[in-house]
Amino acid sequence: MMAEKPTGHIHTVSTLTREIKTLLEETYPFIWVCGEISNYSVPASGHSYFTLKDQQATIQAVMFKNQKLKLRFNLEAGMKVYGLARLSIYEPRGTYQLIFEHIEPEGAGSFQIAFEQLKRKLSDKGYFDPKFKKPIPYLPLNICIITSGTGAALKDIIHISKRRFSNCRLEILPVKVQGDGADIEIINAIHLANQRQKAEVILLARGGGSLEDLSAFNSESVAEAVFQSKIPIITGVGHETDFTIADFVADLRAPTPSAAAELALPDKRILIQQVFEFRKRLDKSMASLISNLRHTRISLLSRLKSPEMMIYTHRLKLEDLELRLNRQIKAYFEYHKEKIQWLSDSLYSKTIKKRISDQQQHVKMLSDKLAHHFYVLFQKNKTKLIELASKLDVLSPLSVLNRGYSISRFVLNKKIITDSAQVKPEDKLETILFKGRLISTVEKIDG
Amino acid sequence: MVKKQSFEASLKELEEIVREMESGDLSLEEAVKKYETGIKQAKYCNDFLNTTERKIIMLTKDNEGSLKEEIFKDDSNDI
Repeated sequence: MMAEKPTGHIHTVSTLTREIKTLLEETYPFIWVCGEISNYSVPASGHSYFTLKDQQATIQAVMFKNQKLKLRFNLEAGMKVYGLARLSIYEPRGTYQLIFEHIEPEGAGSFQIAFEQLKRKLSDKGYFDPKFKKPIPYLPLNICIITSGTGAALKDIIHISKRRFSNCRLEILPVKVQGDGADIEIINAIHLANQRQKAEVILLARGGGSLEDLSAFNSESVAEAVFQSKIPIITGVGHETDFTIADFVADLRAPTPSAAAELALPDKRILIQQVFEFRKRLDKSMASLISNLRHTRISLLSRLKSPEMMIYTHRLKLEDLELRLNRQIKAYFEYHKEKIQWLSDSLYSKTIKKRISDQQQHVKMLSDKLAHHFYVLFQKNKTKLIELASKLDVLSPLSVLNRGYSISRFVLNKKIITDSAQVKPEDKLETILFKGRLISTVEKIDG
Repeated sequence: MVKKQSFEASLKELEEIVREMESGDLSLEEAVKKYETGIKQAKYCNDFLNTTERKIIMLTKDNEGSLKEEIFKDDSNDI
């Protein structure tokens, strides 16, 4: 029987879906949901897609990449979680899914939060500061091990220590490493080791376990004891990826108990090898020093000559020099002798002699000439003299007197009288004649 | 004589001596002195590595609370 076609409003798929979407999204804007993760996948987009399920039901869920950044852990299939989500309809497929804003692991979540809080607190107090980390001794021969007396961790440590450095003293302080009172036992053991002052280093170790199992190592009181210990502490708790508060406070953190033993003890074979190598290099450098000095000595010795040898060398040199000196002097004399010979030859050559006789002749000729000229000049002047003497004779007053003239002059002053005006009566006059003189007195002047 | 000192200090001194010797800057007298010290340090290191005795002790408290040292039986047979 066919249903009658309804007379009222008919929904399309789209409008129906949109109404469901509005209804659901308004009814469940933000809801807390818990369940177990399954069918977990992360495609290239980086978003996480999974199914959240419990015993009776499943629901599709997604957590986008941005929201995932705030998580302190990775989502995994099988993980029981609770979280805040909104319900959403995907219209093209007509499916609904939860979009998670935040997810916490169920149970461990509070531990996780407590862990982070304590970590921040101790970090603020400076407990993780590298400046408080005590140096680990290079070769600790007394090691205190604080761990379970029956656990695999102790076996591992003993095994490693035997392999690396068998002859050391291990002191085991067995403690509870999980459950009630574990933290107290660990603290007491650390105090005891410090009181005994025997150990050079403490290994605080425990095998792997859940976060709850490791809770003693995450307690504040243990962190305090580790920080206060005067003896350096190496922790080796859990597996590689487990980090406990004790690890952060410890002077050195090893990922596992075995690794803690390895960090504490150097490998004896390597040490022996090292000492052996140093010893070898020591010998080698000493040998090389001696060999170098020996070579130096030989080289110096070869350069050192005996005085006898030096005298001999000098003698040879002297002889050589003497020989060369003699040869030189001889050559020198020869040369100058030749030169003198040549010079004297040229000095006494005929040309020189001829030049001398020429000069001599020239001198004779000049002196003849001189004599001749002198004679001629003499004769010439003699004739001139005779001529002049006769002329002078003519001009002489004596000759005038001879012809009857006379000269009158004053007796007193011998002044010659040429004018009658010169004379007064009674003047005495001298009259010079050709022969003899007259003295007369003036009677009258006829003027 | 080598003074009683830590293995590490002794090994370091040995290493330093080797480095000085290898630098070749030492006179013969210095080198001989260093060499002698180096030999002693090497011997000290070797003695140190070989003489210390292996001992594993389990420290427990008895019922009265007093400490008790007992030799721990090392049942691992591997090396």
